[in-house]
Amino acid sequence: MGETVIRAVDGVSLQVRAGEFVALLGSSGSGKSSVLNLIAGLDRPTSGSVVVGDRDLAKLSREELAKYRLHVVGMVFQSFNLIASMTLAENVELPLRFAEVDRAQRPELAREALQRVGLRARMDHRPSELSGGEQQRAALARALINRPQLLLADEPTGNLDSHTGTEIMEMVRQFNRELGMTVVMVTHERALAERYAQRMIFLADGKLIDDRPNTPAANGGQS
Amino acid sequence: MKLPDLTELALRNLRESLLRNSLTTIGISVGVASLVAMLSLGIGLQQLASRRLVKSGLFDTVVVTSHRDMRTMGRERDEDRNGANPGESRILDESARAEIEHLSNVVEAYPDIRFSTELRYEDKPHLTMVSALPQSAKSNDAFEGMPGRFFSSDTAPEVILQKTFAEELLGKTPPRGGEEPNVTDLAKPLLGKELTLRYAQRAASPNQPVPPGADAANSSDSNLAGAAYSVVSREQKVTIVGIADLDPESMRGPTRARVFLPLKLAESLHVMQLTDLREIARAASDQPVYSSISVRVKNPAQIQLVEDAIKKMGFGTFSILDATRSLRQFFAVLDLFLGIFGSLALAVASIGIVNTLVMAILERRREIGIMKAIGASDGDVKKLFFAEAGAMGILGGIVGVALGWSIGQVINLGTNVYLKRQSLPPEHFWAVPWWLVAAAIGFAFVVSLVSGLYPAGRAARLDPVQALRYE
Repeated sequence: MGETVIRAVDGVSLQVRAGEFVALLGSSGSGKSSVLNLIAGLDRPTSGSVVVGDRDLAKLSREELAKYRLHVVGMVFQSFNLIASMTLAENVELPLRFAEVDRAQRPELAREALQRVGLRARMDHRPSELSGGEQQRAALARALINRPQLLLADEPTGNLDSHTGTEIMEMVRQFNRELGMTVVMVTHERALAERYAQRMIFLADGKLIDDRPNTPAANGGQS
Repeated sequence: MKLPDLTELALRNLRESLLRNSLTTIGISVGVASLVAMLSLGIGLQQLASRRLVKSGLFDTVVVTSHRDMRTMGRERDEDRNGANPGESRILDESARAEIEHLSNVVEAYPDIRFSTELRYEDKPHLTMVSALPQSAKSNDAFEGMPGRFFSSDTAPEVILQKTFAEELLGKTPPRGGEEPNVTDLAKPLLGKELTLRYAQRAASPNQPVPPGADAANSSDSNLAGAAYSVVSREQKVTIVGIADLDPESMRGPTRARVFLPLKLAESLHVMQLTDLREIARAASDQPVYSSISVRVKNPAQIQLVEDAIKKMGFGTFSILDATRSLRQFFAVLDLFLGIFGSLALAVASIGIVNTLVMAILERRREIGIMKAIGASDGDVKKLFFAEAGAMGILGGIVGVALGWSIGQVINLGTNVYLKRQSLPPEHFWAVPWWLVAAAIGFAFVVSLVSGLYPAGRAARLDPVQALRYE
């Protein structure tokens, strides 16, 4: 995996190296989610550029941008965003359908991904039958299924209590370390960022205020 | 996304809001049902009309005439200008008839024998036109189910009378504007009675076959050379076997007579026909010369082939094929109108599809946003909505065809109960051919896809950031 360079120019210019764990901090309305959406290819910059690897997202067609989201990016959200009418297995399998992965391989891949987040036993349940932490784990499994280079998390623990929040963050860190995924996480909880991120970027009113390295606690500071 | 996935997701989504989608699908079904009902009525009526015509012998018959006859009908100058060799035109005699009969796709070729004659019934003379019928005319509508029976054989000395002639024999004249007499009542006093047929025989040589039961008293003085023929007056006793309830004016040439004889019997009588006078110059032959020959073709579809083959032989032909063009045109217009009326309900149903899918976009806004966020392209979302519209179309089409078919069956049944009460034979005027089933389902599918055009486009353009913002 080559170096992943991300630069968002909106009064904001930043670079993220491949394999880095970056936290975007700021109060609501600071523009941190907008930066994340730009990186995710959900939004296009009106001016400037977003470069991921060797792609300039601003220059991709809608179709190419969808492919980029499908194969390069995995996303988790504050509100989990699982599809309520589908079981966990089906939710996790959904990106494989868009990627046109062979039907015969899909169930096994979905089981593997759910195994990784410890939800294999609950794969036939619907999201509404699960706790928030379990739903977010399923969302993580879905984000992983196409083996993306980039994991984008938008307030992943915002709807969870601190215990399950820690559980999720441990998993994110595990993916960062073991799978070498670059993680960009948006959060307004400074403590969470200090515990897990290698770098903290502060935004306010759409402007970059501070960008400093951070030494995360060795085991997520569970002590 | 591939088709199996699209179908699976579409059906899953349709199940999610089962009531609304079922109602929309029922709407399509009603539209398709009305379309199928209308068109199958049109097709059924057309088939009924064609069946009638085929049975009446109109569609499978080619009338062959000699070219010379055509020329006497004012074509002479044209033919001359075209440099056609007059020697090419052939005489329509027995050998020509046999040759035509041996053409492929020809069932039979029989001469049209028609002559004016006097028939005596209870010693009163009645002058009328007599025409010969082949045994194959038995299946003709006019003779099927008439009082009495058809000729027992092709040579039997038997006759079938047309209704008005039967009335004349009985001395009844129908009151003007009054009710027509029942054929069955007319038949009772006449069936089995004998008539004496008086005719002029064209006797070419003494060793001509004497018709069975013919009065041979005068035949001895017809001993003439083959180069000439004499006209001899003869009598033939015939038995009335049937009374046909057909309108002589509505039928084709050969049946435009009021008394019918078996064909072989009529041939053996060697009745002096009008054409014989024209053939006087050729009278050297003792073979009869026919004014025209009716050729029955195996299948109405092969009429053109047979006509062409006969034309090559040097004869003129005429078939009803040209005349039926206007009939086909009429049914095409009728089907078009029925189709338009039937489609109206489908058009309304398609608005239902648009409505349902637009509602679905509003409801599934978030879901669409999620799918796009995790990598669904605009095309995937569009195809998914198309698949949902298409699935509703196909389901509605299938249910609609079944519904339309049932409606047709019920109406057919009801009408036949009515026909039975009126003591009329049952009719099958409702037809749902396989192509109509396929076309109706296909049409429903296409209509629903067109209806899905706008919702699918709108869903595809949905901005995922906007869709995911509100919780």
